[in-house]
Amino acid sequence: MRPIKGYKKDFLSEMLREMLLIRRFEEKAGQMYGLRKIGGFCHLYNGQEAVSTGAAAAMVKGVDVLLTGYRDHGHAISMGITPNAIMAELYGKLTGCSKGKGGSMHLFSAEKKMWGGNGIVGGQIPVATGSAFAQKYLKTNGATLCFFGDGAIHQGAFHESLNLAALWKLPVLYLCENNQYGMGTSLDRASSVKDLYIKGQAYGIPSKQISGMDVIEVYEEVKEALEAIKKEYFPRFLEVKTYRYRGHSMSDPAKYRTKEETEAYMAQDPIILLKDRMIQEKMLTEDEFQDMDKEVKEIVAQSVEFAENSPEPDHSEITTDILA
Amino acid sequence: MAIITMREALRQALDEEMARDPTVILMGEEVGQYDGAYKVSKGLLDKYGPDRVIDTPITELGFTGLAVGAAMGGLRPIVEWMTIQFGLLAIDQLINNAAKMRYMSGGQFKVPMVVRGPNGPAEYLSSQHSQSFASYFVHVPGFIVLAPSTPYDAKGLLKSSIRDDNCVIFLESEMSYGLKGEVPEEEYLIPFGSADVKRAGTDVSIISFSKPVLQCLAAAEELAKQGISAEVVDLRSLRPLDEATIYASVRKTNRAVVVDEAWPNCGVANYVSSLIVRNCFDDLDAPVEEVTGMDVPMPYNHTLELMVQPSVEKIIAAAKRALYID
Repeated sequence: MRPIKGYKKDFLSEMLREMLLIRRFEEKAGQMYGLRKIGGFCHLYNGQEAVSTGAAAAMVKGVDVLLTGYRDHGHAISMGITPNAIMAELYGKLTGCSKGKGGSMHLFSAEKKMWGGNGIVGGQIPVATGSAFAQKYLKTNGATLCFFGDGAIHQGAFHESLNLAALWKLPVLYLCENNQYGMGTSLDRASSVKDLYIKGQAYGIPSKQISGMDVIEVYEEVKEALEAIKKEYFPRFLEVKTYRYRGHSMSDPAKYRTKEETEAYMAQDPIILLKDRMIQEKMLTEDEFQDMDKEVKEIVAQSVEFAENSPEPDHSEITTDILA
Repeated sequence: MAIITMREALRQALDEEMARDPTVILMGEEVGQYDGAYKVSKGLLDKYGPDRVIDTPITELGFTGLAVGAAMGGLRPIVEWMTIQFGLLAIDQLINNAAKMRYMSGGQFKVPMVVRGPNGPAEYLSSQHSQSFASYFVHVPGFIVLAPSTPYDAKGLLKSSIRDDNCVIFLESEMSYGLKGEVPEEEYLIPFGSADVKRAGTDVSIISFSKPVLQCLAAAEELAKQGISAEVVDLRSLRPLDEATIYASVRKTNRAVVVDEAWPNCGVANYVSSLIVRNCFDDLDAPVEEVTGMDVPMPYNHTLELMVQPSVEKIIAAAKRALYID
């Protein structure tokens, strides 16, 4: 675990608060799904909060672009889309961040440079590579963060993209959130190799394996990678080892893994890990943490209220936004 | 008016639009140093440099998806698929990303890109390189789909495509790159969704697009010798479709033949003929005829491959059936 000395209290508190907000948001989303307020596919991010939080903290807001797969609620929060707009989107309401047309898997904000969740495994990887191509061509000084899971790494889209990014020297960070299960299939049943970062090396891309349970490690590694990418105009690849506490989606009871395994990961929960270090360094008290928890729970509760009270899209919305 | 080939007309469109807008880029297999597999992009690398005329590895999914992201990021990529057949490897990126990004994001993004390349049967290429996939794209909301038959139409439509803010699928024809036609010196654009009556007539409407339009015109010429006045409607734009021009023609002639070089099932011919039946039912004096490719993979043998495709003779026969002449 990385030391937190040297970081300002506000910075750490904000990361802790963001992870907590994602956790509570996801718990609420799961609950509202159970109440059938939310339908369809809904993939929760519980356990992986440190990855989007640490990575987004290292990005230049409004300049760097982020794309990810369908497990995108955490990334949307980390990129600054409000819980209200996300919950309303899960409800399919007009006030949702995609006007109720995208749903859980397609959270977008052009303004925040959140280019969405993508519902096709690995489908966002070439698009992210193209975003980096445009950033380089237009000299925006920006880079693109491309998130995907370990399940996506076997898709041709991944391999073709990494080859192009290295060949054309594009400012893109490929970030594989290895939560070790592609739906119900464990990595050892899906991958010919144990360590995924070597797949980045295969394309001549500097690649590294890091922990996704320590938000500081994610932040530092992504920051360093982004700086190198922008300086050298060359991609980087990070394999971030993480774990999802919930099933693949709401319909998955996750019977393919043991209780012990899940508990072992929960023992290194990213929120607890940062909280304990902050308490140890006297940057936080238990009471302050409880207050923080109360505050984010209130924000999440308000997002539900906002979604509930938001209007349904007008029927005329069916035929808008198809062509520009 | 200058008489130039289809490939020259396409090149002029690319050249003029690249000169006009520095965000327009061209990428694809062999488009640069090799001057294009069919020489459409000849000379453009020298003129615009390797940042704008980009040779790609053989990685259709990769560079097509990359173009989607580049378009979202502010560029206007033109993707050349060496053939639309290879595009099947990339079709997920087009259907699930290019065509839907705007909708899924509630209108926050646009994807201004053009995907172009030869579609449809050529010669001696057997089954994998000789087929029309127009209907694959016409099926999908979010695309513009164009299929010109002449150098004039190709240039005007390609220029409009490059300026448009949507993903345009631009279907060319391998057999037509050398086709010559009149193209004016001055700039012109052709809007989407406008069919062109290539030959006026009164007895039967022959409706087609892309390369088979030439066969339709030859058939009309032959029919004229037999005293039959055929009107040839070139759809040019398959999505959006100029229904008004189709119906106006059929309401005039009361008989329709739809010609499509693709397979017969769930193709553009089926679609157009169903629209005619639904919208011109009371005007029709005969069932709508369809002339399509046969429902078989393309054979290599030249006699056989010609037999499975539409031909002037088949079109004439269909027109006569529609006129109850035999």
